[in-house]
Amino acid sequence: MIELLRRLGRGAIGFFERLGRAHLFLARVLWGLGELYSRPGLVVAQLWSLGVLSLLIILVSGLFVGMVLGLQGYNTLVDFGAEESLGVLVALSLVRELGPVVSALLFAGRAGSALTAEIGLMKATEQLAGMEMMAVDPLRRVAGPRFLAGWLSLPLLAAIFSAMGVLGGYFVGVGLLGVDDGAFWSQMQSKVDLRDDVLNGVIKSIVFGFVVTWIAVFEGYDCVPTSEGVGRATTRTVVHSALAVLGLDFVLTALMFNEG
Amino acid sequence: MVNTKVVEVGVGVFVALGLAALFMLAMHVSNLALSEGSGDGYEIVAYFDNVGGLKVRSPVTMAGVNVGRVRAIEFDDRTYQARVTMGIGARYDKIPADTMANIFTAGLLGEQYVSLDAGGDDDYMKDGGEIRITQSALVLEQVVGQFLYSKAAEGPAAPPAGTGGFDSQDPFAP
Repeated sequence: MIELLRRLGRGAIGFFERLGRAHLFLARVLWGLGELYSRPGLVVAQLWSLGVLSLLIILVSGLFVGMVLGLQGYNTLVDFGAEESLGVLVALSLVRELGPVVSALLFAGRAGSALTAEIGLMKATEQLAGMEMMAVDPLRRVAGPRFLAGWLSLPLLAAIFSAMGVLGGYFVGVGLLGVDDGAFWSQMQSKVDLRDDVLNGVIKSIVFGFVVTWIAVFEGYDCVPTSEGVGRATTRTVVHSALAVLGLDFVLTALMFNEG
Repeated sequence: MVNTKVVEVGVGVFVALGLAALFMLAMHVSNLALSEGSGDGYEIVAYFDNVGGLKVRSPVTMAGVNVGRVRAIEFDDRTYQARVTMGIGARYDKIPADTMANIFTAGLLGEQYVSLDAGGDDDYMKDGGEIRITQSALVLEQVVGQFLYSKAAEGPAAPPAGTGGFDSQDPFAP
């Protein structure tokens, strides 16, 4: 009994310790970001490995998600004789929800896990300690550029995802199922609002990019420096990112779209 | 590590692609591009007794063709009517001055829009011109109420003659 209580208390303390460490880590990384003005090459290199290399999965999944939306939406809407609204359905669901959320989940799996593994392995092979020996702050040299690049990449990837999805829905709806071309676009344009829908989607993806990259970089930096620890940290990155994205999505949706 | 030049070109393409996607979402998917009758064109005004579910940005059509958009809906406290300002595209400058404006519903439960019925006048509408003949939106409760009222006036014995109950409604009543 006492042992159970003791373990519970240790778990709680460990949880709060990690939470506090994560926030202190975030503050220090954000503080160090200013230095990157003088070294944009570091960020560009990370934009390549986080953004450009995630492009393929985002393009393909966006296309297929849009095509599935077009197919499913058509089957439902045609019962009401409202298949012209397919464009509205595809565009709104992509721009408001699926674009930011699905691309954040894919980003966590494709780029976040790689980030954690990379930084974790740097720690396990004592490269981070080596940098400290050379008076190079690994937070600014390693964590900062990765954090900034991930944060910048996700909104762009989410926009590409949504655009590809709309094209996929267009391809299935207009090309295969015979929805009227003009009605598809005009209904979409009259119902999708730039500020209420598109901009709110972009804000969502900015928030998700921040959180996913923060979790990924922190887990790598904070991992137990063994091969098993790196593996565990990578798993935690994907799980925690997915939970954070879906939970935050509910909060953001409630804040943004509740007046309708 | 990949060649620095490849990295830079790749990142450039990536950022350009992302911005292009954002631009497409803004211009092609959302309603930003629908500025018909907002920059150019001219405005005409119509007074309705009841605008029903008409909204700002609702379409204005002639013969079913979109010619403009509702720009403002205000309440006029002198006439106790709704003052609807419509922006008409510059191309449609041959609207007769005695044109009639109706508020119709697209489909059974669709959104409401203004339909202009061309008159026979030789003069054309000018900027700030006013449409004098208007027909208000059909409010479902009023229609049902009138129908029941006319049914009751006919007496319980008289069978309903089609949709005859609607004939008693005068659309031009003040």
